[in-house]
Amino acid sequence: MKALIIISILGVVAMMADVLRFKKLLVPIIVTGLFIALATVCMDWNTDIRYFNDMAYFDNYALAFTGAVIFITLLWMLIGQEYFQDSHTKGEHAALILFCLSGAIAMISFSDLTLFFIGLEILSISLYVLAASNKSDLRSNEAGLKYFLMGAFATGFLLFGIALIYGATATFNLQGIHDALAKGAISPLMVKTGVLLILVGLLFKVSAAPFHFWAPDVYEGSPTLVTMFMATVVKTAAFAAFYRLFSTCFISLSDTWIPVVAALSAITMLLGNIMAVFQTSFKRMLAYSSIAHAGYMMMAIAAMNEVSAGSIFLYAIAYSIGSLGAFACLHAMSVNGDESISGLNGLGKRQPKVAIFLSLIMFSLAGIPPVAGFFAKYYLFYGALIGGYTWLVIIAVMSSLIGVYYYFKVIFALFKTNPIAAEELPILLPKHYVLLILTAIISLGIGVSPAWLQSLIS
Amino acid sequence: MNSILSVVPIEYYLGLSVILFTIGVMGVLFRRNAIIVFMCIELMLNAVNLLLTAFSTLHGEAGGQVMVFFIMAVAAAEVAVGLAILVMIYNNLRTVDIKEMNKLKW
Repeated sequence: MKALIIISILGVVAMMADVLRFKKLLVPIIVTGLFIALATVCMDWNTDIRYFNDMAYFDNYALAFTGAVIFITLLWMLIGQEYFQDSHTKGEHAALILFCLSGAIAMISFSDLTLFFIGLEILSISLYVLAASNKSDLRSNEAGLKYFLMGAFATGFLLFGIALIYGATATFNLQGIHDALAKGAISPLMVKTGVLLILVGLLFKVSAAPFHFWAPDVYEGSPTLVTMFMATVVKTAAFAAFYRLFSTCFISLSDTWIPVVAALSAITMLLGNIMAVFQTSFKRMLAYSSIAHAGYMMMAIAAMNEVSAGSIFLYAIAYSIGSLGAFACLHAMSVNGDESISGLNGLGKRQPKVAIFLSLIMFSLAGIPPVAGFFAKYYLFYGALIGGYTWLVIIAVMSSLIGVYYYFKVIFALFKTNPIAAEELPILLPKHYVLLILTAIISLGIGVSPAWLQSLIS
Repeated sequence: MNSILSVVPIEYYLGLSVILFTIGVMGVLFRRNAIIVFMCIELMLNAVNLLLTAFSTLHGEAGGQVMVFFIMAVAAAEVAVGLAILVMIYNNLRTVDIKEMNKLKW
């Protein structure tokens, strides 16, 4: 809770930066604030407190995810701070990012559908503005509008689902809904429709097939730094909320939604991976790969057993760290304006260190040992297997193999023998190096001892 | 308050909400003008508001009506952001037709 309050206040402070003329201090203030928030999360560990008449519930699950999104934002700040610097609107950009983060934390820690809805909307509305924040770029405009229309449309479904659940159970409280549903004897049609509508709304937000079509466009059109934020923080928060809602609240209705989630999970990972193979743009490939990763994480929700929470947590972190590294490289490329995979040709010859670290990150995203991604996938598959989803695991393994192909396309490009001209290669500034090296080291570190992260919340 | 529901039963409210919601969904799917699409989304949200108010009366519980206030506040924020994005697009493209927005391949 303290973290949520600190970050909301930081957002308000950031908005004042323009008026009160402390723009130069803005980045240090935000970074300090985020570190303090992270420290309060660590201090609150194992406290298990319910706040505001059971609106928010900070158990270890919520604290772990809160810590994760704050940590990812801090890593993002390494190159993200540029986004606050080179324009006259930097205070607003910083405020929007921080509001987005506070929305994410509200969404992670909700214990009442009201707070869930508010958190989701704080997150989404900030993101609509951020996606469209490059005002002169038509592609950014278009991404903003598409994201806005699709997001608001999904919110409509989500709300209708919430209204139906409320009609059946007369409460918004997760525990209350769970108790009312367990008792039975309430209109089953209304409850089932409600659960499925909420599921549709959530699947939109996590960009799962068949509701994924906005994601590649929005990821491609948004400014790279915003895409980076969307692919990491937002996805982690959305999955945390998804799992929390369905594991505490609708567990007694598992016959209704588990088959749907399992089937859509298979479709999502196949579709994301197959579409990613055909992309020539690195950014768009990462967008499709993020859809595929959403599919893997849905496996854990379909399996819904005691290892699910831990494996979603591990996977979300492994994937976010990997994506941060990949996007750091992409951001360095976008300075030249060339975002295609062939823009990386021969980087291995000219900057071997960068190429090695980027390859490590690609290994992690593809799920090859000994990097984080492999163990994250291993735990997900293991959870699905003991949940009895052998067919789903087979599909997941097959689609991972497809995934290996396109991640290796990047690695082959890096080590091509006929490099493109040196001046066309991405220019990596020190901040890109730092982020790339940090993410590679963290990926390796998680790979060396993956179990402790998972045991945090299992 | 329950006397209202004895005159018009809850099923009627449910039916009306579903109809309004469906009109909204159809509008989003089939209209091309971004502003109309936008109005249809608002229609969806208002269908939900109507439903929540009716259920709130049915259960004699205030939570539903409080939720309606939250939804209205959020919808207002969404309108502000959405219209700003639309104005920006109109300035750049001189149209708000969704079919014209094809810089990103679908």
